[in-house]
Amino acid sequence: MATAVSAAAAVCAPPVEVEGFVKRFGAHAAVNGVSLSLRAGECLGLLGPNGAGKTTLIRGIVGRVLPNAGSICIFGANAGTHAARKALGWVPQELAIYPRLTCRENLMAFGRYQGLSGKELDNHAAWCLEWAALADRAGEPTQQLSGGMKRRLNMAAGIIHHPSVVLMDEPTVGVDLQSRIRIFEMIETLREQGASILYTTHYMEEAERLCNRIAVIDHGRIIAEGAHEELVRSAFGNSTQVVARFSGPAEGLAAWVAARGGTLNDGVAHFTLQQPAEIAALLDSAAATGFEPADVSLRRPNLESVFLHLTGRELRD
Amino acid sequence: MISAIVRTAITGLRRDRAALALSFVLPVAFFSIFAMVFGGEHDTIPQVHLIVVDQDQSIASRELIRALEREGSLLVSTHPEASRNQPAPPDYTARSAEEAVKRGDAPVALIVPAGWGAHPMAFGPDEQQAPKIELLSDQSDPIAPQIVNGMLQKAAMMAMPASMAAEGMQYTQKYLGTFTPEQRQNWQKSLNYLEQLQKDRANKPEAQASSSSGFGSGGIIAVDTRAVVGEHQNKSLISFYAAAIGVMFLLFTASGSSGSLLDEAESGTLDRVLSSRVTMTKLLAGKLAFNTMLAFVQLVVMFLWGWALFHLEFFGHIPGFIVMGLCTAFAVAAFGMPLASLCRTRGQLGAMSTLLILVMSAVGGSMFPRFMMPAAMQKAGLFTINAWAIDGFTKVFWRDLPLISLWPQVSVLLAIGLAMFVAARRIARRWEFS
Repeated sequence: MATAVSAAAAVCAPPVEVEGFVKRFGAHAAVNGVSLSLRAGECLGLLGPNGAGKTTLIRGIVGRVLPNAGSICIFGANAGTHAARKALGWVPQELAIYPRLTCRENLMAFGRYQGLSGKELDNHAAWCLEWAALADRAGEPTQQLSGGMKRRLNMAAGIIHHPSVVLMDEPTVGVDLQSRIRIFEMIETLREQGASILYTTHYMEEAERLCNRIAVIDHGRIIAEGAHEELVRSAFGNSTQVVARFSGPAEGLAAWVAARGGTLNDGVAHFTLQQPAEIAALLDSAAATGFEPADVSLRRPNLESVFLHLTGRELRD
Repeated sequence: MISAIVRTAITGLRRDRAALALSFVLPVAFFSIFAMVFGGEHDTIPQVHLIVVDQDQSIASRELIRALEREGSLLVSTHPEASRNQPAPPDYTARSAEEAVKRGDAPVALIVPAGWGAHPMAFGPDEQQAPKIELLSDQSDPIAPQIVNGMLQKAAMMAMPASMAAEGMQYTQKYLGTFTPEQRQNWQKSLNYLEQLQKDRANKPEAQASSSSGFGSGGIIAVDTRAVVGEHQNKSLISFYAAAIGVMFLLFTASGSSGSLLDEAESGTLDRVLSSRVTMTKLLAGKLAFNTMLAFVQLVVMFLWGWALFHLEFFGHIPGFIVMGLCTAFAVAAFGMPLASLCRTRGQLGAMSTLLILVMSAVGGSMFPRFMMPAAMQKAGLFTINAWAIDGFTKVFWRDLPLISLWPQVSVLLAIGLAMFVAARRIARRWEFS
């Protein structure tokens, strides 16, 4: 990735600048006035549940979705233009590779589509195979690879031309823990080499581990944006969260939880306490109302909590 | 339980329009095509195009030609078809008629030689020296010469009774002795009646053409039959079948290959490719180039197989094969692209292409030669790639015509390919952006 930052990156414009992006499919607004900016060298996480508009936004940046309103620029060039395409690498959520071609043949094919040829193409393909830990499987047809290997090859095909900006649309979907860790390492390598990354996920652990900044998206809108700690602090301050499951008459539980300022989701109550010591009073109140605590835990609020706090729903709803 | 399974299957079939079309539309379409070709609908019987050259210009030759013209199963031409708003071109000569048969304008030509009218009937041993009608045929259509020969004998019997009687009297006198004056008078009376009958029939505007059966070459009119196309080719129709079957399977291969677009759209690969420097036009052009190469290689394999196993004269026709092979491959390759762009799934593409290809192949002459079809179907065949490709290959391998003669087939096939590509490009807009 020595050539990761192209000439376009020298321009002062940010790698990705989205302004008031709106995309409607019929009456449904998949993305509804999103504005965000990806800064040079950072990894921006786009965190949201399925159907929040993440993929539509990414496809808009790639130039595959035409906006109904707003603008998207890549290093100052409009999305979809030649300069924008050259600067972008896209790892789609689907396994967009040729199943009958080998790993190397896939990389060579996508490299040619990006305008690479000759020695440069060979070098890029070799680098990508190493990066994806697929060098020893280079000659194997893709359809014979495991799910995790296919995911890694899918990522490698997206950055074969060593782009300055990499868009990753849920690259860990459907892979096991081991493969996921390998993918994290690949992304961290890219970050170390200076690539700017926009990373969509609905796994808050991924966003917390990989991203400098996180934009929370729901129903096509960005509802919060900032570093992980900033998001938690702005939503909860220094408070502590109690997550509890109660046994007892279900009818009155929701009313009691609401009266204590908590939320109830799938029978699990969430409370935010300013001081950990407040938990004693909370449990006393539960016992007095006829609810026995079956399972109680204390935790620092996280992105999941932030999402629940902002939307009243869990991230994986 | 069984009824529940049947119900589920019926609902599934109702929702699967492709399967419905294959189940009901295709059989009905095929039944109709075969019924039209072989069903004996009298108003759609294929006419045999016959060129006639009258070098004799006698009463007998004129009567014979008029009688042939009255036959519903023959389309008689004495001169080439005139262009629009142009005067009729001069009548065929023996040479131009032979050229026309070689070109494939008509499968049969009749040359009535000068002096034939003096002894039109082939009675007796002396008639071996009398001028004979010459029948020039194209062996690629083995049926037409038989029909024409039969019609010729029938015309002699039905349309020329006076000529037959006069000829008979001469032979009787020659071999049995001279008639008495009384016999001659009675004979003349009968002859006058027959002459009147012959004239009356000649003047009838629409003579009823009855079904005919041939008398064979040894009929009452002596005919010399000569094949002017294919007379030296012992493996006559191999090239025809190589082209006919080849084009049909090329169409299947090309439509299947174009289906890779659908696979790529479904897997997301198409999106990724279009996000690179590859535009939709370049992508389709690349697919077209690949499909053209694939189709051409298939044709090469097919014709080489024909050469190796069936003694097809392949290496003597390389330039014509390359021209026709590339044009056919281009048209066939482009054919699958708008279909693939139009369909949403592989299943839809499979059903639609099967339906179209089988119908095109049946009407276009890949399943049976077009000369067997009614005139309307022969014209309909001109809307298919099969017909133009087969015509072109026949010109190369059967008629040995020069490359320049392929221009109609080359033009049409290239135009079809181009039109298909433009249509595919327009339809493929749906994949470009959402």
